[in-house]
Amino acid sequence: MALKHVDAVIVGAGAGGGVVAKELATAGLSVVLLERGHWYSAADCRKDDLYNQRTQVLGARFGPGEERDPRVLVDDRGREMLVSPSDGGYSNNAACVGGGTFSYGAMAWRYMEQDFRMRSTYGAVEGSTLDDWPIGYPDLEPYYEKVEWEMGVSGDDSNNPFKAPRRKPLPMPPLAPNREHQVLQPAAKRLGLHPFDIPMLRNTVPYNGRRACMRCRWCVGFACELSARTGTHNTVIPTALATGNCELRTGCMTREILLDNRARATGVAYFDGRDRLQQQPADLVIVCGGAIESARLLLNTTHRLFPAGLGNRNDWVGRNLQSHSYAGATGLFDFDTYDDLGPGASIAISDYNHGNPGLAGGAMLANEFIRLPYQFMAQVPAWVPQWGKEHKDFVRNAYRRTIVLMGPVQEMPLFDARIRLDPKVKDYWGIPVARLSGGRHPHTIEIGRFIAGKAEAWLKEAGAVQTWKRTPPKSLSGGQHQAGTCRMGNDPKTSVVDRDCRIHDMDNVYVIDASVHPTNGGFNPGLTILANAYRASEALVKTWKTSKARS
Amino acid sequence: MAMGIKAPDAPRGGRHSTPAAPLGRRVFLQAGLSAAAGVTLSCTTGPAGGTWRFFTPDQAHTVDAICERLIPADQDPGAREAGAVNYIDIQLSKRFKKHRRVYQQGIEAVDTASRQKFARPFVALTSEQQIEVLNTVEENSPAFFDLIVAHARQGFYGDPRHGGNRNRVSWKMLGLPFPPVRGREHYKG
Repeated sequence: MALKHVDAVIVGAGAGGGVVAKELATAGLSVVLLERGHWYSAADCRKDDLYNQRTQVLGARFGPGEERDPRVLVDDRGREMLVSPSDGGYSNNAACVGGGTFSYGAMAWRYMEQDFRMRSTYGAVEGSTLDDWPIGYPDLEPYYEKVEWEMGVSGDDSNNPFKAPRRKPLPMPPLAPNREHQVLQPAAKRLGLHPFDIPMLRNTVPYNGRRACMRCRWCVGFACELSARTGTHNTVIPTALATGNCELRTGCMTREILLDNRARATGVAYFDGRDRLQQQPADLVIVCGGAIESARLLLNTTHRLFPAGLGNRNDWVGRNLQSHSYAGATGLFDFDTYDDLGPGASIAISDYNHGNPGLAGGAMLANEFIRLPYQFMAQVPAWVPQWGKEHKDFVRNAYRRTIVLMGPVQEMPLFDARIRLDPKVKDYWGIPVARLSGGRHPHTIEIGRFIAGKAEAWLKEAGAVQTWKRTPPKSLSGGQHQAGTCRMGNDPKTSVVDRDCRIHDMDNVYVIDASVHPTNGGFNPGLTILANAYRASEALVKTWKTSKARS
Repeated sequence: MAMGIKAPDAPRGGRHSTPAAPLGRRVFLQAGLSAAAGVTLSCTTGPAGGTWRFFTPDQAHTVDAICERLIPADQDPGAREAGAVNYIDIQLSKRFKKHRRVYQQGIEAVDTASRQKFARPFVALTSEQQIEVLNTVEENSPAFFDLIVAHARQGFYGDPRHGGNRNRVSWKMLGLPFPPVRGREHYKG
């Protein structure tokens, strides 16, 4: 049964899909926005430290559910494991309206100029598919600004001399510094570093009809009780719906992109909330499912002309899966550093993103979000016995006296870090699931060690009496910052989509999410996904209007 | 619009309480949840008097004793007073179903080791003897040991709504301000 034809169907209502829906709907296109998860609200903030998106011991609060969406993980010894969303190796990103932006920490970073030109800046890195983006920072700058002002970013990076040039400052001031910030700021200055206030998609003053952050401790991983934290669920998606041109359908799992004889897309087939197979005809199909699910959908879409999956003539779909390799250190102080002022993350430096001797990149360094008591278990160093009186003593003495500095190390992409379709395992709807395999480039780990050392030095200067480092493991990197699986590039032989995010050789199928990032910056990727979605949508609308005018 | 599957909530329930389909597993889970709520209350007098959802009374005793060694009482309450075993029992009847076998085998391994070393069940040993047994179990049954260490921590440091951390004992120990949401008062009225 086919539903009413629309101009565009968008698969996934996360960071990318939300922006695309708004841009297309306000340009007058009729849009159906499909989301496999649900639409949660501020009322869903249950403040449950064991059942949220950050700590998933009792499940991933904002999806996907534990039962229906398994994946297969192949580890470095070739062992296969069936994994559920709350398992570490699953590489989960939220499945809900807003996607990751519904429950993230909301850091809103612009990538730096070098981040778009990694190959030109550092040359080839052996064993890595490191490359430049087909666009540069100046191409994205106006759209960064658009996100910052339209959705609302707070912070102050005027003290960051390493940032790429911006035309306008951020529209909202930062939150008042918490105690960690007050301890870290002068120490960074003494070291000759350049600390500044982290930009965040978070209202610090009333903005866009929503209230200001009340600084509770339930931030990253939780729904925001006040809707003061900004995602696509409380900005662009409501705007899209208000145009009357966009229909949002939740609980809908897309099975494949429908293609006609000449492999032109005619819509998508999906299972609705009652598990009925539906066909949504559309002139344009825009895939925004996140790096793993977008690649999976393309691979699940086969055709005489694309026997190995849509856009996969050259075997690049699902390749180069990357994320961020977090590295840093924890410092123990002999005074209280905990002041219960959320969100916790507050101060950062960009001194070590680039220009590190002998290293192809780096990471920003920032203090961590508030550690809830159970989350604090992960901060207990290895030399403390894992149980018994010593462990309890350590937790009791250290809980309010630690500062954690972490940085998202920009990864060296690997061709063999990838998702395929598993030949045997299918999900609840009978759709082949993602099979994840590969590892991390050794140079990524080397950069991680360097960053951890810098974090340790900063903590020591701030007065830490003891410090311990965290460096990245060798295992496959995915998770919430997943990217890279449908690379954007000018050469169809070594990429999946063109600079406008349209699949090479396809007229009317686009991928607009972090899948298209050739490299993923040394920063949280949210703002870049949003900005690129604005940019790609603008090009898409322009093409659409031109073709309509012609016909 | 119909909602797809949603992970079961704690007894209080959430917004989406009536799923369209399929019902089989969910109805079962909801029935389990109401029962879980009952256990939370009935167990407040300690494992011996409670009705267990997964454990036999003997198993519950043993797990309670293990947890107390993992997070012992000192100037602050330990895992026993926090009801960590209650948390584990509830979760083994829903979220942690997949860990049931490991628990059953692990508890058996603990008692076997106790009887071999000291000719008595684990619960009857002195603290020092229990620590010695647990050192052996940590060595010989690492899968079980890692699991129960993680679960004891969750039942001690995690949210009381899941059956552990009774009276927020660990949060009080850490000096975590309560009520847990600062700032909310700014928006009242």
